[in-house]
Amino acid sequence: MSASVLSAPPADAPRAPLTRKLLTADHPTWCPGCGDFAVLASFYRVLEKLNYPQENIVIFAGIGCSSRFPYFVNAHGGHFIHGRSLPLAAGVSLSRDDLHVFAFGGDGDGYSIGGNHLVHTARKNVRMTYIIMDNSVYGLTKKQTSPTSPLGFKTKTDPWGVYDHPINPMRTLINSGATFVARTHATQVNHMVEMMLRASQHDGFSVVEILSECVEFFEGAYNASVPRKGGSFQAIEEKKHDGTPEDAARHDPTDEGAAAHLALEPWPGRFGVYYENKTRATKNALEQDLIARTREKTKGASDLELLQKTFARMR
Amino acid sequence: MDSITSPATPAGSKPEAHVPRSLTDVVVRLAGNSQDGIQAVGGFLARLAGRSAQEVMTYMTIPSTISGGPSIFQVRMGTGDILSSGDRADVLVAFYQHSYDDHRAALRPGGVLLYDSDQVKPNPDDHEVNAIGVPFTAATVEAVGGSAKEKGKNIYVLGLLARMFDLNVPKLTQLIKERFAGKSEDVARNALVAFDSGYAYPGENLRKHLYRLEQPEPRPDARPQITTDGNAAIAYGLIAAGVRYGAAYPITPATSIMEILRAELPKYGGLFVQCEDEIAAIATALGFSYGGNLAITNTSGPGLSLKAEALGWAVMAEIPLIVVNVQRGGPSTGLPTSIEQSDLLQAIYGSHGDAPRVVLAPHTVEDCFYVALEAARIAREFSTPVIILSDQALSTRIEAFDEPDLTKLMVEAKPDLRPRDASFKPYPFDGPTRHAPPGTVMGSGKYPTVSGLEHDELGHPSANPVVHAKMTAKRRDKIKAVAATFTTPEVFGDQSGDLLLIGWGCTYGPIHEAVGRLQGSGVKVGHLHLRHIHPLDPGLDQIFARYQHIRVIEINDQGLYGYGQLATLLRSVYCNPAIASITKTEGLTYRVSEIVERVAEQLGLTSIKSGARKHSILAAPDRN
Repeated sequence: MSASVLSAPPADAPRAPLTRKLLTADHPTWCPGCGDFAVLASFYRVLEKLNYPQENIVIFAGIGCSSRFPYFVNAHGGHFIHGRSLPLAAGVSLSRDDLHVFAFGGDGDGYSIGGNHLVHTARKNVRMTYIIMDNSVYGLTKKQTSPTSPLGFKTKTDPWGVYDHPINPMRTLINSGATFVARTHATQVNHMVEMMLRASQHDGFSVVEILSECVEFFEGAYNASVPRKGGSFQAIEEKKHDGTPEDAARHDPTDEGAAAHLALEPWPGRFGVYYENKTRATKNALEQDLIARTREKTKGASDLELLQKTFARMR
Repeated sequence: MDSITSPATPAGSKPEAHVPRSLTDVVVRLAGNSQDGIQAVGGFLARLAGRSAQEVMTYMTIPSTISGGPSIFQVRMGTGDILSSGDRADVLVAFYQHSYDDHRAALRPGGVLLYDSDQVKPNPDDHEVNAIGVPFTAATVEAVGGSAKEKGKNIYVLGLLARMFDLNVPKLTQLIKERFAGKSEDVARNALVAFDSGYAYPGENLRKHLYRLEQPEPRPDARPQITTDGNAAIAYGLIAAGVRYGAAYPITPATSIMEILRAELPKYGGLFVQCEDEIAAIATALGFSYGGNLAITNTSGPGLSLKAEALGWAVMAEIPLIVVNVQRGGPSTGLPTSIEQSDLLQAIYGSHGDAPRVVLAPHTVEDCFYVALEAARIAREFSTPVIILSDQALSTRIEAFDEPDLTKLMVEAKPDLRPRDASFKPYPFDGPTRHAPPGTVMGSGKYPTVSGLEHDELGHPSANPVVHAKMTAKRRDKIKAVAATFTTPEVFGDQSGDLLLIGWGCTYGPIHEAVGRLQGSGVKVGHLHLRHIHPLDPGLDQIFARYQHIRVIEINDQGLYGYGQLATLLRSVYCNPAIASITKTEGLTYRVSEIVERVAEQLGLTSIKSGARKHSILAAPDRN
């Protein structure tokens, strides 16, 4: 080990700012034209703006096209099993407060096989940012039905058209207790960067769903929200609390009921921050508080003294 | 071991009334309902024995229903090596008619039946045992007063037993006070009143049955004894091993490990998380370990099945992890509160692909503590998942053992976040895997990924045939290198001869005692108990070669081909035709006599008696 360990640089050593060049790793394996390229490019911009120490960025993903993400960003992290990246990322986040933890994945990974973890990680409000790249189809396995595939869409597992009602991601996330819920579109780079940036800066479990088209197996899936394809991109206008009459019609993201209501709008729905709760404590903070209170009671006893005391009680 | 008789009076002479007869050990079975607190009484007896430097072993059954139901607690205490909870009881305490009906057969001839005369009508024609009726219920209500009703009759019975066996009253009352410390004063006072009332029970019928447990030889240099169960021993062993993080999902009979760690770890600056399911639990634990803090997840058979995919990821990504699997009866929901050793093959092989990992099995409660330390050492040193294969019997059994010397054992472990230089490779072909946890600056400027995909030395995905072959070999050779740190285990009993008995896990005590009985019948027999299940210890083949017959004794099924799970493994590894199986699937531990009988039957040893304890430790029925 010693041969490959360097002495630590001084803590105040000047650091070069984080750049796209530093952050670029393996070349993406995605198909030409895939929406995920735009997500990756936007994420580089987000990290440049955040300018975290590079070694403190951790990125995990499950399985799927979009879950290849960690290989394409030069940071710590990895590629876990299908659908389970959230509990793994939660373990990293809860035990290492010094790190900035991101999870990436697709609609199959997040809403289908990992659906249970999505609900519970949201409920626990573990501090991390989860980016879901939704393409409404299973792309890596070549066109099977996904939990967000619309009714009637013909896939290899539903050649007559999808029968099962699709999940409503925004509604699910709000109901589960996620404290930052946003929706954006891979063709709207500035909006995407803003959403990911705000999510990253949120203290809690923040989720951004990005509609990211699969050009190979579900071309045109999101045209309804792409202006140059004849659709319209309906951004959420957030309340400014400026007392103007038009402000009354704007969305208050701290209003959970309004957020849930907004999530019921018909396809293609709205884009922006649906819900933001800055008051609910994170699991990270609650557990740290528990540790602090517990250790206050033990009055600085060493680990050895603590365990010796426990054994003395078993005599 | 079985000759625990040593009457103070010469055989044949009538013992004088009121003069305690001396015993080396005694087996007491308490039979009641689970809400009666008989576990508490058993716990008091066990801890008293521990504090008196006596040996103790317990055995309990708990119904898997919530609202209670028939339950027993058996405690064997005394001097000398107490290795099993005893085949049959010397004293049966029956709280109800069903307790008497169900457990009368567990009482040896000449034993004492202590029953609640308010609840039980014993068979009047049964003269094989000494029946002593005491109105537990009425006496408790009278002593404690109306409001407590019959609550406290367990403590009343403890008082009776204290009188009967001349137990150390100051130590017992101290234990009672400690137990109820923190509750209202009434509760503690009522308990002491109930105890005193039982102790002072005036009935002549009890006074004819007074005994005294021999005190052990003083061991001036010995460490004090602690008394605890297997799950707690594992939990505290992990704390001693420097494990500070964990995650689990509740499952019988493993749950008390997570309960203890959830309460304890914050004191040590750590954290235990209850997860939404078994898969999330292993994933969260892997997140802790990836972060540089070796973590634990505990479970039982069904949960281990659910964790199998993530366990395979840990093998592939070479992330250290401790999985404690407390076995219960299977398959499926099976027998959640019963013992079975049927997860051995699942523990070794239960993942897709070639996924070698380490499997260790503790054999006593004390060993549960030390196996946790060994598991952590191996996990860290070899960057590998390690499964601790405990079982239901060990998990709930209470034993007393020498307090571990923590000054020599405590491990301190922190993530190694020193910057790595440009030559750093997490997965070198020709060296051990060493991760750079997140937060580590990489001198090369290239940050490592951990992956479930086959990967090259830097952790990047690779489907190259040479890489897959080399990496598969690396992961296999790593586990073989673990075996190189093991030594050839010792054989108890005869070092060569007719028969070698092999066991693993909770069967240690009964097999050990069976060896004594078989030797007494002239059989040259040894006992080998395996702690290292995968990889196996070196030198086993040389040991096997010294015996004519080998029997692997396990609590699992003989399978389609006639061999239990460890026997299947040993036969496949050593191709030794002398290896055969003795198995059982009743959800119960082995009795010593059962092992002796099965061996005698299989080997055609007609001259051997099963040797159920011939000598009753208690006097013959007094028919005056």
